[in-house]
Amino acid sequence: MAENNGQGALTEAVYYILLALHTPMHGYGIMQFVKEISNGRVNLGPGTLYGAINTMLSKGWIKALEQESDSRKKEYEITEEGKSVVVGEIVRLEELIRNGKKITGGAEK
Amino acid sequence: MIKIVWKGFMDYEKEEKWLNHMAEKGWNFRKYSFLRYTFEKGTPGEYIYRMELLGKSPDNEESKAYVDFMKETGVEVVDTYQRWIYFRKNKSEGTFDLYTDYDSRIKFYKRLITFIGPLILVNLFAAIYNLYLGLFIGHEQGFYGNAYVSIISWAVTIVLIKMAVSYMTKIRKMEKERQLYE
Repeated sequence: MAENNGQGALTEAVYYILLALHTPMHGYGIMQFVKEISNGRVNLGPGTLYGAINTMLSKGWIKALEQESDSRKKEYEITEEGKSVVVGEIVRLEELIRNGKKITGGAEK
Repeated sequence: MIKIVWKGFMDYEKEEKWLNHMAEKGWNFRKYSFLRYTFEKGTPGEYIYRMELLGKSPDNEESKAYVDFMKETGVEVVDTYQRWIYFRKNKSEGTFDLYTDYDSRIKFYKRLITFIGPLILVNLFAAIYNLYLGLFIGHEQGFYGNAYVSIISWAVTIVLIKMAVSYMTKIRKMEKERQLYE
């Protein structure tokens, strides 16, 4: 991914994880959510998910919630910064789609 | 019912394939100690097995956090051996791949290369040293033992180099793909 702060494209995995975490969720929940919302197209491997979560934690896009004592499962939630990253990505994607449709006429022909 | 199989692998991908092949036949892998695999009779095709090289030893906090996370996602830890860990997941829960994008897969193959690198150096050193010793002692005393040992080291070195090259080829291929696709 791009090192600069000017926003690069998010990976599909990161984009969907950020969407998932608009509601607090643990790892397995994220995997299920992403699978469902993409109609089974995106299957997140747990290794990939773990790496993405740690990177996003260190970037401050998501945060780990305080654990309840009876549960060892860690829950995560998106931060304000994470939300603005998603919105920025949506703007970028809309531009891509708009321009794509303008030139090719879109997929519905 | 328990079945013990003695077998050695240098290439983890072949080992993983074999474990899955055994699981297809209803032999579920349970335990590994040096060259010794323990299987348990079960339902054919019940599990998918995946192997991974951890960044640190399994007792390390970093590894433990990762393994706990894996468990939360419904993955079972079957056994660990040095830095290697054997996972399995019920096939009924769908596909099971640890890494599903180029970035994380490239990272994993790079870790494998840093694992093999030192092994290549050690074996190469042993190969050259024993060859030198073997020829020297052989010439002086007619004993070529070290020279024979050296043959083994050469063979191991060559196999390891081949593996490292195959991982590098994979990385290069994925890096190329990544310029076009995610």
